[in-house]
Amino acid sequence: MSRLLTIKGLKIEGRSDETWNPIINGVDLELNKGEVLGLIGESGAGKSTIGLAAMGYTRDGVRISDGTVEFDGIDLVNASAATKRSLFGKRIAYVAQSAAASFNPAHKLIDQHTEAPVQHGVSNRSASVEDGIELYRKLRLPNPDEIGFRYPHQVSGGQLQRAMTAMAMSCRPDLIIFDEPTTALDVTTQIEVLAAIREIVEEFDTAAIYITHDLAVVAQMADKIKVLLRGDEVEEADTRTMLSAPKEDYTKSLWAVREFQRPQQPPPPDDAVPVVSVRNITAAYGTTDVLHDVSFDIHAGRTVAVVGESGSGKSTTARCITGLLPPRMGEIAFDGEVLPADYRKRTKDQLRQAQMIYQMADTALNPRKTIGEIIGRPVQFYGGLRGAKKRERVNELLDQIELEPSQYYNRLPSELSGGQKQRIGIARALAAEPKFIICDEVTSALDQLVAEGILRLLADLQDTLGLSYMFITHDLATVKSIADEVVVMKDGKVVEQGPKTEMFTPPHHAYTDLLLSSVPEMDPDWLTDLLKERGVENIGDAAVDKM
Amino acid sequence: MSSLLRIILQRLGLGLVTLFVVSIVIFVAVNLLPGDFAEAILGQGATPESVAKIREDLGLDQPLIVRYFEWLMGMLTFDLGTSFAQLNFANFGGAGSVTVAEQIAPRLSNTMFLATVTACIAVPLAVTLGILAALYRNTAFDKAANMFTLSSISSPEFFMAYILILFLAVLNPIFPSLSNIFDGMPFSERLEKSMLPALTLTLVVTAHMMRMTRAAIINLLASPYIEMARLKGLSPMRVIVKHALPNALAPIINVIALNLAYLITGVVVVEVVFVYPGIGQLFVDSVKIRDIPVVQACCLIFAAAYILLNLTADILSIVSNPRLRHPK
Repeated sequence: MSRLLTIKGLKIEGRSDETWNPIINGVDLELNKGEVLGLIGESGAGKSTIGLAAMGYTRDGVRISDGTVEFDGIDLVNASAATKRSLFGKRIAYVAQSAAASFNPAHKLIDQHTEAPVQHGVSNRSASVEDGIELYRKLRLPNPDEIGFRYPHQVSGGQLQRAMTAMAMSCRPDLIIFDEPTTALDVTTQIEVLAAIREIVEEFDTAAIYITHDLAVVAQMADKIKVLLRGDEVEEADTRTMLSAPKEDYTKSLWAVREFQRPQQPPPPDDAVPVVSVRNITAAYGTTDVLHDVSFDIHAGRTVAVVGESGSGKSTTARCITGLLPPRMGEIAFDGEVLPADYRKRTKDQLRQAQMIYQMADTALNPRKTIGEIIGRPVQFYGGLRGAKKRERVNELLDQIELEPSQYYNRLPSELSGGQKQRIGIARALAAEPKFIICDEVTSALDQLVAEGILRLLADLQDTLGLSYMFITHDLATVKSIADEVVVMKDGKVVEQGPKTEMFTPPHHAYTDLLLSSVPEMDPDWLTDLLKERGVENIGDAAVDKM
Repeated sequence: MSSLLRIILQRLGLGLVTLFVVSIVIFVAVNLLPGDFAEAILGQGATPESVAKIREDLGLDQPLIVRYFEWLMGMLTFDLGTSFAQLNFANFGGAGSVTVAEQIAPRLSNTMFLATVTACIAVPLAVTLGILAALYRNTAFDKAANMFTLSSISSPEFFMAYILILFLAVLNPIFPSLSNIFDGMPFSERLEKSMLPALTLTLVVTAHMMRMTRAAIINLLASPYIEMARLKGLSPMRVIVKHALPNALAPIINVIALNLAYLITGVVVVEVVFVYPGIGQLFVDSVKIRDIPVVQACCLIFAAAYILLNLTADILSIVSNPRLRHPK
């Protein structure tokens, strides 16, 4: 095999406050033609930075300070902008994490697809349109003849991600950098994209660097895996060795995260009154019903996980419970007492009982307020505490979420890490002293280790305070680790519900089965076996449609 | 497409409502001006009797509401009324009364001509400069363009006008310094005579549009799809023009509309300097002698220009956004 890419002693620095700080501290990397390398690590490990540096590209405020990047004999670190432009898109292509953000909203897919071949003089427009349609067909996009003539906003996320892979393929490059291409997708869609990427990379014998934080995903895609931690290489080995016998403690700890499991609590007595009771809710946005006859109960001190793909009505159900979206039919009861449908008609005490924690802690915290003010606000609003008493209560809450009060009280959200911000979100919810908290995808924006910390904290708080949780998630690993009961939703309906142990043992409802079997496993043969089992035509979307 | 039509009709309806509200404000405000036409025209010799006589002749003794509705009905039938000043001359044996419409029409068309000439120079110039400044941001070119446009906008208009006269009419006699255009003048001569005021106005309006174009484009350069375009190996110019500009159109169009509205309504000073017979001068003269029908008509035309241009900007912004043009 011939060598395609060689990176030696790569050091990269990032600029902050007028000084250059190291991001990557000397990483080596080798890639042969047609080989797939998985880069794995938590956020901040420098995966994307290395991926881009493999193209000789750095983002604003980042520079390559030392080392060499050699692509097929060309020194990319010192190459002129024009040389790099002649390679980009043509011989090295990039597939970004969010296809929805990386396609230009102003142009049709096919126009963006043909741009690289036409501009690089590889092909003319009409030939390239034909080739695009052929690639769309290979990637099993629905209506391959027409889908390219749509604008990005008219196409779903999973389809866009495949269209972007097709776009990267448009000039048949030697190397493609995949930067977390499936992280933003549902499990069922993810399978489809993974299968499509793997197939096409094999067919054209393209080399690839596959960046992800999900070990199970990289296990399916890569020939060899490199683990990164804060800009340093931890270890590298071929996929099977890495999975079966990781050498370093850090790698082992990445594996171990998936094993956190909270024991399922015994079912509540038959005569227990549920804390929250959702009764036959039908709700609509405008004139379209998005929830159909949804019912489930949440008992004291229990966690109910609501799972389903995006668009299945999980968050809408939460909006109905909090009263933000009054349902068209049905009712919400709290401790057996029916609540007014509209939050504006609920009493302060009714509002206090149900709190929410959001997915994006970044946007859910006011960036101009200090932590003390953010948590102090509900303390004062619901508890009526002021001055020293308020401060005392805020400190108590900060203790509960395991952040040192004296250190964090006066900080702004921007001075905290993602996990810490999420903890502040939890403290703000606790400040109201609720009985019930809705956790809307609270861990999906976090790294596995950090997410695990949050899950443990939530579990501890449940034990000490007797809280009930409604846990909205699309991540079944989270469900396994924290839920007592599971509600599976699809297209605004509940398709199956029951205790966790029951849900994770067959027989399942067909859709639950599809969800469960779509969660990648660490076995490198998992995807191959699954595709064989489902039949090539029957993966992901296609399988969903048939139900 | 039908939804687009609905949006346009909706905005048009809202524009008419706005215009109606504005007409009330104009009418009340104009009638609150201290002094009135009778006193202004009679000057020192104003006796209570003669003032009352003229007021009665002009219908100024009627209650405000009655006068408003008479005026409004006139507007709806495109009858802008009769100018007080001209009416008076008629009474004193002049050459027949001249309606407000007859008085305004040539002035308005002159103003529109000047605005069009200016827009034809300024808009392409500003957008091109903005694109280039975004492309070569933080270079000497960018800084020079910024500095030049900023200093031209921060100098008073009359100052810029005299500078241009000095350089382009006195020292190098390229253009005439007087822009006294009249009806029946051939187009080329009209254009030549309007050149200096048009250039002055170009200097005034270019800065806003150029800076907005630059800022709107640069604002998008951090977007993932711009990075994607770069990583496809496209030239910097193509990245800006093909990928950033189409998404930056909405704010740019809005600033252009505001500046065009300014060209129609706010050019009195330039008209005075170049003796250009536009609507701005007519407006100021009419205010001086309290010629209420002309003042009201001018105000209404200005308001309509603002509303219409902003409406056009809104619609163009919608059309430039594929999300609104092609709903899911």
